[in-house]
Amino acid sequence: MTRISITVDGVRYDDDVEARTLLVHHLRDRLGKVGTVVGCDTSNCGACTVLMAGDAVKSCNVLAVQADGTEIITIEGLAGGDGSLHPVQQAFHDRHALQCGFCTPGMILAAVDLLAENPDPSDAEIREGIEGNLCRCTGYQNIVRAVRDAASALRGAQVAEPASAVDGQMPGTPQAPPAVPSEPESVPVEAVPRPVP
Amino acid sequence: MTTVQERPAGEVGAARKRKEDARLITGRTMWTENITLPGMLHLAILRSPMAHARITRVDTSAALREPGVVTAFSGRDVADTQGSLPCAWPVTEDMVHPDHPPLAVDEVRHVGEAVAVVVARDRASAVDALAVIEVDYEPLPVVLDMEDALAEDARLVHADKGTNKAYTWVFDSGEAGTGQGVDAAFAGAEVVIKRRYIQQRLIPAFMEPRSVVVDPTGDQHTIWSATQIPHILRVMVALVTGTPEHKVRVVAPDVGGGFGGKLQVTAEELIAFMAAQRVGKPVKYTESRSDSLVSAHHGRDQIQDVELAARRDGTVLGLRVNLLANMGAYLGIVTPGVPLLGAFMYNAIYKFPAYRFVCTGVFTNTTTTDAYRGAGRPEATYAIERLMDELAVELDMDPVEVRRRNWIKHDEFPFDTVAGLTYDSGNYEAATDKALELFGYEALRAEQASRRESGDPVQLGIGVSTYTEMCGLAPSRVLGALRYAAGGWETASIRVLPTGKVEVVTGTSPHGQGHETAWSQIVADRLGVPFEDVEVLHGDTRTSHKGLDTYGSRSLAVGGIALVNACTKVIEKARPVAAHLLECDVSDLEFADGAFRVRGAPSDAAGKTIADCAFAVFAAHDMPDGVEPTIDADATYDPGNFSFPHGTHLCATEVDAETGRVTIRSYVAVDDVGRVINPSIVEGQVHGGVAQGIAQALFEEAVYDGEGNLLTGTFIDYTPPSAADLPDIVSDRTETPAPDHPLGAKGVGEAGTIASTPAVINAIVDALRPYGVSDIRMPATPERVWQALRGGARS
Repeated sequence: MTRISITVDGVRYDDDVEARTLLVHHLRDRLGKVGTVVGCDTSNCGACTVLMAGDAVKSCNVLAVQADGTEIITIEGLAGGDGSLHPVQQAFHDRHALQCGFCTPGMILAAVDLLAENPDPSDAEIREGIEGNLCRCTGYQNIVRAVRDAASALRGAQVAEPASAVDGQMPGTPQAPPAVPSEPESVPVEAVPRPVP
Repeated sequence: MTTVQERPAGEVGAARKRKEDARLITGRTMWTENITLPGMLHLAILRSPMAHARITRVDTSAALREPGVVTAFSGRDVADTQGSLPCAWPVTEDMVHPDHPPLAVDEVRHVGEAVAVVVARDRASAVDALAVIEVDYEPLPVVLDMEDALAEDARLVHADKGTNKAYTWVFDSGEAGTGQGVDAAFAGAEVVIKRRYIQQRLIPAFMEPRSVVVDPTGDQHTIWSATQIPHILRVMVALVTGTPEHKVRVVAPDVGGGFGGKLQVTAEELIAFMAAQRVGKPVKYTESRSDSLVSAHHGRDQIQDVELAARRDGTVLGLRVNLLANMGAYLGIVTPGVPLLGAFMYNAIYKFPAYRFVCTGVFTNTTTTDAYRGAGRPEATYAIERLMDELAVELDMDPVEVRRRNWIKHDEFPFDTVAGLTYDSGNYEAATDKALELFGYEALRAEQASRRESGDPVQLGIGVSTYTEMCGLAPSRVLGALRYAAGGWETASIRVLPTGKVEVVTGTSPHGQGHETAWSQIVADRLGVPFEDVEVLHGDTRTSHKGLDTYGSRSLAVGGIALVNACTKVIEKARPVAAHLLECDVSDLEFADGAFRVRGAPSDAAGKTIADCAFAVFAAHDMPDGVEPTIDADATYDPGNFSFPHGTHLCATEVDAETGRVTIRSYVAVDDVGRVINPSIVEGQVHGGVAQGIAQALFEEAVYDGEGNLLTGTFIDYTPPSAADLPDIVSDRTETPAPDHPLGAKGVGEAGTIASTPAVINAIVDALRPYGVSDIRMPATPERVWQALRGGARS
């Protein structure tokens, strides 16, 4: 057992975990963060995507011990404290970008990460950007529309609410994109698995 | 008392955003795997690594000594009590129907079959303990190929049955009296096109893995399952296990997709039920994706030998279909019937007079097949639409023109088809004309000609696909005639609460379709209540006591009518209450714009709403004599006919003759699904359906090696398409209302999947015609296209 401390959706959790425990199982089975789901066992589907130190990771592809000391944002922590939806969540709702909704948490977080890296992606860039996340219901077309809309909304929000709402904030701040430090300090970059394209 | 509220202006037809989304986009969804109960234990399943073997020994004793293990058992331990998984569709009287034990007892017949289980305190302990279970297998000969399986000296999947043939089912229009004899039609033909098409095996690949929780601690045993069919599951669990039906409660909570893949009574559900009873504690099983791909039922897998007779003017005279349908190792809930759903669709939108269909169901040492989106109808549509293109080439005619010469004209409906159905409505001209215009058909043909002329290494291909499908499963008397064990009705109940809010209980069981939204729209309009005031309840047999669930594009086409009928009953029950409140005669009242008013009164005159009546019956202080103090109502509806959505899909592909790479350049889908309740949901269904049809054409295939190991047992190998693999499509509609449906709706769940596969393959073959290629096996991977180019017409 290894002692780890992670902050998930703004709450700090200290736990002893088995070395083999995957982050997604720690989130679901120990911390009750069942909004994050498991869709495969080969890191293809991306349903378990969360933000770790600001970057989208497939949480089935990260050991819980690797997440020690990091801040994690799951789908449950993306909306504002007042319940206001993150622009990506809102756009998914507005554009009918989900049907069964099983891939949706991972898809939304992958899109949040994509838009943090590329605030104004083309449709082709959106499709490439979310290709590590599988959806079986929508054919992706409305997801692409939603991400495009969210990009506009986020750019608009940034113009309206400069810097103060962005840097270093936990998500939950209405209209703010999630915290995306350009240089995550708590975890070396190479230790953080990236979504498999 | 409430006052007359402003009636929501026309909910039906509005692109309402979905009610379901709120929980799905915030991670507050009740997936079965999210359920945790006090004292709950976890189940893990040991699966067969052999495609066919005798089990000579199973020893679970070492597993029992592992930490945290509560029990472990094998099929032998429960052989006398576990029963057999049900098949509800014995399509012929003499169908071979092998036993299908949830846990294999003496023999395993496909890789992935459940052999033994462990129940432990947590999932990891249960999975760990599987490793110490000892099973001795004595290999038996494996049969995988359907034609091999039917050979005289074939190795047998079920030795005791003496054959690998499950059944032969025949439809002949001459014998049935629905048309002419097919032999005469072929004798008089000027052109005969004969082809073999392979419908590769597919895997439904719903995103949420199957999961089941069984709680045996209450008076009722409760089963939560990621299923499309909670009501059917309840009946079947009762029948298979002998548990009295009223002691079983089934709940389908939020379910993450199905596509037919969760239309099943699974071994895992029954194993979890057994295990929970054994330990007297709640038990959960959730499959891994790898387990899912190898053990959840597969789809398609047919060999289609088809023969089309025509005159040189393009008039089709008749069709012969000789089908081999791979059942897999056992029969699932509707396995034998899936190809029969196609039997009625090979004639498609055409009016040729002679048709013969012979289907042979074949056992092999593979995962059982069963329904997958479209179930029989995509296969049929593929074959006829490929043939129509081949006929066009043979006659040097435009493929649209060949279809136009043969299809049922708009003014010929209702039309009795050669397969014995009565198509109620359709306007193939309108849908096709609209599709051609949106597609820019003529311009693309011109571009194709010039690129062929210039020898462009990247050739343009244009694929046409028209379709109709039988939806709204199904008239019970038809199902009875086809020997299906259940009916095809659907139920709805409406409870108007004292405060005027409305609970709708539906027997349909959505898993992504948005019934909570669409049903709310329908009820809001009918009862004149706000959309937000309607709550749609489903998927729990404690709430929704009866129903036949969701599959076959039936929910709106059948369940929607039950819903409308229940609304009508509510209004009729409220009428005497309103008359009493308004102190007028019942016959003087009319219900419009959400309120009862005296006939002829202005629409802003005071009236009595459904909410007023609900409160009046709640208080019940002043009820007219003999009137029951409730306006709640139930309705059950059994359709008189199927519904027949149709459409025309056009696909343009760019095919690189040097690399074999296929790119979809444009795709137009014009579907006629009748009147639309929510256009945004309909569009979403078309998008997703087309994507799955494209996936069959270009990407997906379940592949076995020669020993029956599934080579495509992960998403890495099965390659369901990502966003980067799929095009944007143009989706539009024509609207020919279903004449006998009070909503005019026809169903949309499967349309895209049915139409798109032949559209894409026709486009690829069209691009490759100059190279002498006349067919391509699905999925048309770059390698297959490249080889077809080198092999010419052989492919």
